[in-house]
Amino acid sequence: MIRFQKVDKEYDNNVKALLNIDLSIHKGEFVFLVGSSGAGKSTLIKLLLKEEEPTRGQIVLNNMDITKVKSRRIPYIRRNIGVVFQDFRLLPNRTVYENVAFAMEIVGAHPKEIRRKVPMVLSMVDLSRKASNFPDQLSGGEQQRVSIARAIVNSPPVLIADEPTGNLDPETAWDIMRVLSEINGRGTTILMATHAKDIVNIMKKRVVEIHEGRLIRDEQKGGYGNEIASI
Amino acid sequence: MAMRLRVFKNIIKQGFQGMWRNRGMGLASISSISAVLMILGVVLILILTINNVVLETKTKFDEIQIYLEDDLTSVDLDNIEDKIKDLEGVLSVVFLSKDQGLEIMKEGWEEESYLLEGLEENPLQNSYIIQLRDIKYAEDIVPKLKVIKGVDDVKYYQDIIDKLLVIANYIRFAGIGVIGALVLISIFIISNTIKITVTSRKREINIMKYVGATNGYIRGPFIIEGILFGLIGSILSIAVINYGYEYFFKSVNDKLYLLLTVYLVSPSLLIKDITIIFVAIGVGIGALGSIVSLKRFLNV
Ligand SMILES: Nc1ncnc2c1ncn2[C@@H]1O[C@H](COP(=O)(O)OP(=O)(O)OP(=O)(O)O)[C@@H](O)[C@H]1O
Ligand SMILES: [Mg+2]
Repeated sequence: MIRFQKVDKEYDNNVKALLNIDLSIHKGEFVFLVGSSGAGKSTLIKLLLKEEEPTRGQIVLNNMDITKVKSRRIPYIRRNIGVVFQDFRLLPNRTVYENVAFAMEIVGAHPKEIRRKVPMVLSMVDLSRKASNFPDQLSGGEQQRVSIARAIVNSPPVLIADEPTGNLDPETAWDIMRVLSEINGRGTTILMATHAKDIVNIMKKRVVEIHEGRLIRDEQKGGYGNEIASI
Repeated sequence: MAMRLRVFKNIIKQGFQGMWRNRGMGLASISSISAVLMILGVVLILILTINNVVLETKTKFDEIQIYLEDDLTSVDLDNIEDKIKDLEGVLSVVFLSKDQGLEIMKEGWEEESYLLEGLEENPLQNSYIIQLRDIKYAEDIVPKLKVIKGVDDVKYYQDIIDKLLVIANYIRFAGIGVIGALVLISIFIISNTIKITVTSRKREINIMKYVGATNGYIRGPFIIEGILFGLIGSILSIAVINYGYEYFFKSVNDKLYLLLTVYLVSPSLLIKDITIIFVAIGVGIGALGSIVSLKRFLNV
C-alpha cells in the first residue's frame, strides 16, 4: 500500500530531515509514527502528500510510483489519501455539512450521492446533530471529528493523521482514537504521527520510530518507546 | 462527462458566491474597469468622429468648384465647359446656377432658411462643379482652370485634406496609446484586488489542495469572479456612454450646429460596436487580472 525505498529528504537549507528510510505499510494496517520533535515525522507525511519531493529513493502509493509526478497529477494522488491535521483545517465560513460535502463536490460526485454519503459519515463520527453548525461553534474534538469525516467521505484507501490529538485533552483524544480505530476496522490503512505516549502504549499497534531522520525502530504491537525518544 | 459538468457547475456557483462575498473589493475592480472603459468610449467616439470627418471631407472635396463671372452668354458657358472637359483627370462637370445654389442652401439650413428669405438679391455666383477622378489631379488642373476666360475663382481643398489626414493619424495613434495604457492599468488594478482576496483566502486554498482540488478547480471561481466584475463594469460603462452620447448628440442636433452632425456617428450605430468592444475588453481584463494574480498561489 505504502512503500518507501532508501528515501532521503534534504531541504533547501541543507537540513537532512530523512535519511535512508525503508518502510512498507500494508493494506489495513494501523501504524503509529513516533519520534521526538524535529525527528522528521511530518516530513515523511509531506512526501506522501507530494507537498515535498524526495531527494533520493522511491515512494510507492497504491501500487503507483509517486516519486516523481507532474504537478497537475498531484491532486489526483491526494484523492487516494485522507488527511487529518493537528489544527483541523476546516473552512470557517461553511457549515459542518458543507465542509464534508465540499470534499465530494471537488471530485464531481453526484448530488444524490453527496446527500446520501455526508449524513452517513457525520453519524459515524457522531456529529449528525451539529451538521448545520459552523466550525467556530464546535469544540476542538468535534472539529477534529469533522475533519476526519471530510478525510474519509470519499473512501480513500489510506488515512494519514499528523498529530490529530495534539490540540485535544486526553479524554477527547480517546474519542478521536475510537473513531480512527473504527475506520481502520473497515479496512482503511492508517498512518498516524503522534506524541501521545499513552495512546500508543495502550493501543498496541505497529510502531515506527524515527530519530534524527533515521528509522530506528519498527515494532508490531509496540509501545511509545525507549529512553532515546522520551525526554 | 457528467462528473466534469458537475465540477464545472460547482466552479461557476463558487464564482458567484465569491463575487458576493467580496463585493466590497469588487466595487473597486468594477469601478476601475468602468472608468477605463468610459475613457475608452470617449476616445473611441473621438476617433470615429475624426474618421468620419476625414471621409466626409474627402468625398465632398475631391471636387473642384469654379465660380464664374456674372453676365456670361450661353456660348461662353459652353466654351468653358468644353475646355474643362478636355483637361486630364476630369470625371464630370455640372453647372450650378446661382438660383439652384440658393435653393440647396435653403434646404441645408432647414428651419433657419427664413434668414435667406429676406435677401434682396442672390449673393451667390454661377458655378461649375468638377468631379475629379482622383484628388491628385487637382494640383495640375487648378492653375489651368484659373486662366480660363470667364472664371472668377477656383476653390479646392487639397491642403485642408492633407492637414486633416495628418491630424487624424496623430489622434488615432495617441488614442490607441491611451487605450493600451489604460487597459494595462486596469489589469494591474484588478489583479491587485483579486490578489488581496486570494491572500485572505490562502488558508482556504491550501485546504482545498489537501482535499485534492485541481488547480483549475481552485482557479476557476476566481477567474469567474474576475469575469463577473469585468462584465458588470462593462455594462455600467456601456450604459453611461450610450446615454451620455445620445444626450450629447441630441443637444448638438437641437442647437443648430447642423453642419456638425453630419460628422458625428449616430448613437444607434455606435451602441452595437461599443457593446461588443466593451464586453470583450471588460471580460478580458477581468479574466486576465485574476489569472495574473493567481499565478503565484498555486504551488503547494
Ligand atoms: N520546509 C522546511 N524547510 C527546511 N527545513 C525544514 C522544513 N520543514 C521541516 N524542516 C526541518 O526538518 C526537520 C524535520 O522536521 P519535521 O517537521 O519533519 O519534524 P517532526 O518529526 O514532524 O517534528 P514535530 O514532532 O515537532 O512535528 C527539522 O529539523 C525541521 O526544522
Ligand atoms: Mg510534525
